[in-house]
Amino acid sequence: MDFNSLKKNLKKDFTGFKNLNVAVLSNCSTQYLAQAMRGYGFEKKLSINIWEADYDAIDIAINYSASPLYTGKNDYVFLLFSTKKLQGKFYASNHKANFANEFLQEVENIVQTVSEKIKTNFIVCNLPEEQESVFGNFGNKTADSFIYQTRKINFELMQLAEKTANVFVADIAGLAAAKGKAYCFDSRLYVNADVIWSLDFTADVAVNTVQILESFVGSSKKCLILDLDNTTWGGIIGDDGVEGIQIGELGNGKSFTQLQQWAKALKERGIILAVCSKNTEEIAKEPFEQHPDMKLRLEDISVFVANWDNKADNIRYIQSVLNIGFDSMVFLDDNPFEREMVKTHIPQLTVPNLPEDPSEYISYLNTLNLFETVSYTSEDKERTKQYQEEASRVIAREKFTDEKDFLVSLNMVSEVKAFDAFTTPRVAQLTQRSNQFNLRTIRYSEEDVKQISSSADYVTFTFNLADKFGDHGLIAVVILKKQNAKELFVDTWIMSCRVLKRGVEQFTLAELMNWTKANGFEKINGQFISTPKNAIVKNHYQDLGFTSVNEIEGLWSLSITDYQAKPFYISAKNK
Amino acid sequence: MTTEEIIAQLNPIFKNIMDNDDIVVSFTTTSADMEEWDSLTHIQVVVAIEKHFKIRFKSGEITGFKNVGEMSESIREKLNT
Repeated sequence: MDFNSLKKNLKKDFTGFKNLNVAVLSNCSTQYLAQAMRGYGFEKKLSINIWEADYDAIDIAINYSASPLYTGKNDYVFLLFSTKKLQGKFYASNHKANFANEFLQEVENIVQTVSEKIKTNFIVCNLPEEQESVFGNFGNKTADSFIYQTRKINFELMQLAEKTANVFVADIAGLAAAKGKAYCFDSRLYVNADVIWSLDFTADVAVNTVQILESFVGSSKKCLILDLDNTTWGGIIGDDGVEGIQIGELGNGKSFTQLQQWAKALKERGIILAVCSKNTEEIAKEPFEQHPDMKLRLEDISVFVANWDNKADNIRYIQSVLNIGFDSMVFLDDNPFEREMVKTHIPQLTVPNLPEDPSEYISYLNTLNLFETVSYTSEDKERTKQYQEEASRVIAREKFTDEKDFLVSLNMVSEVKAFDAFTTPRVAQLTQRSNQFNLRTIRYSEEDVKQISSSADYVTFTFNLADKFGDHGLIAVVILKKQNAKELFVDTWIMSCRVLKRGVEQFTLAELMNWTKANGFEKINGQFISTPKNAIVKNHYQDLGFTSVNEIEGLWSLSITDYQAKPFYISAKNK
Repeated sequence: MTTEEIIAQLNPIFKNIMDNDDIVVSFTTTSADMEEWDSLTHIQVVVAIEKHFKIRFKSGEITGFKNVGEMSESIREKLNT
């Protein structure tokens, strides 16, 4: 979108949009950027409210405690430095080789000063490079050149962001390099009106910045769905056969190799890959299994759908398996008809209009910046694995008409043990966050959990669950309180909803009963405390065979003599 | 192209940038005559004119025009050379 269209959005109705407050600190004028950012926010249903500090008055803004920077509830602080303005400062400096260090200190000082007063995130723009022919190419060999200091700043900003959780870099340098200098900068506008970027580039920077803000508020993409013929490889697998499709060196193959490398890198970053193709499944899988130049293999794909049904239905199926929102999914297809059809049926889906020429696929996709994120942890990779496991379970379940046969086939094993130092944080987290499968909704801190586990008045259990597809981790917690020499009270019973309908409840009760019997107790008492969110366990004790004792207080009871084990298909691995 | 013809083509540009369909520009129109015409929209207008006529103003011209007439004179000169 160009600047004029973004600016026209400012007159539109932002009511009901999510509010984001952004403070802009800069060494140059930022009015155009502020207009364009708010304008693009409209497209994303965000009401971005921007407060701009006075031009080149960052010091005043951060050191004056009544500054709107502090009183304005700013969720984000956007720091922008014009390379041109810094260049002037650089030439005036007596210790040029120290310029980047001083600049970084200034940025760190801003971050520190502001962070002492408010909790916020910083988005710092890095510096587009200025061509400087003072040293020529030798500028790369001396710290006294501006290009050396510019690149040092850009590198050290990355390091600062890497080590500071609330500092993020807006890669303006990368954007400017992709767009080209002639497009981004207009020296006439700079000289006459102090405008640092062309209006076209200002609009691009605004889009880029709003993409960062968007991923903060949680609307980032999690899944890439690939069509196969002429999208993932060149040609039609059903007609051309494994040897005939274009990938690697054959024909247009490099275009598709690049696309596959990109998809694989996304997968390694934690994006889930799925396939949705009009093909016969066995034939569609052949290249993944046999072609030596394929970068993607079957194990990279979480959900593989190849059939002759319509693609919208197939994408709905993929969504149901992964259980993520359509708005977090991207669908790539070379066929404009299929794209239109899918977009019409599932408007929330992102469906890029791939260029006709496959050699332009990757450069086009890169300009879209579809997979912006504000976090990247080792857990992301793990999550992909869990989605894959869940997908395998859903697919496996379809093969069974009988629920029992399915459960048996899972080969479920549960490890049961008392709370320990390793499980304490997860137990506390579950008591704090679980709302649905939670019988009494009593919240405990880590400290509380430690006290309970060391107290002789309590008996504690954690349950892990693994099956043939993978490990769910710690999925259930029970705390029993000794009421007297004969009776135990279920103080806490929580289970993760991910393992509903697996018979974990029956298994858990069997374990509790075993312990009760083995330790000379005779009865377990339970209570259901109703909350707006835990209706799912309203009949929990009734279903397990408990007898109602006090309906008003929701009290239930089950003695070891009345207990009749219900079938479950989980084997215990006690410790 | 005559100055009048150029002004006729400038009118939709002003309407678009100022987002106001009632705008009618003439040779003597200045920024004082138009509420929306400030230093920010001025740059937008200059950039839009350059794109429309595929011309390039000189650095000093960008903020130097007294009125729409001067602007169109400059455009006419550039189109004719």
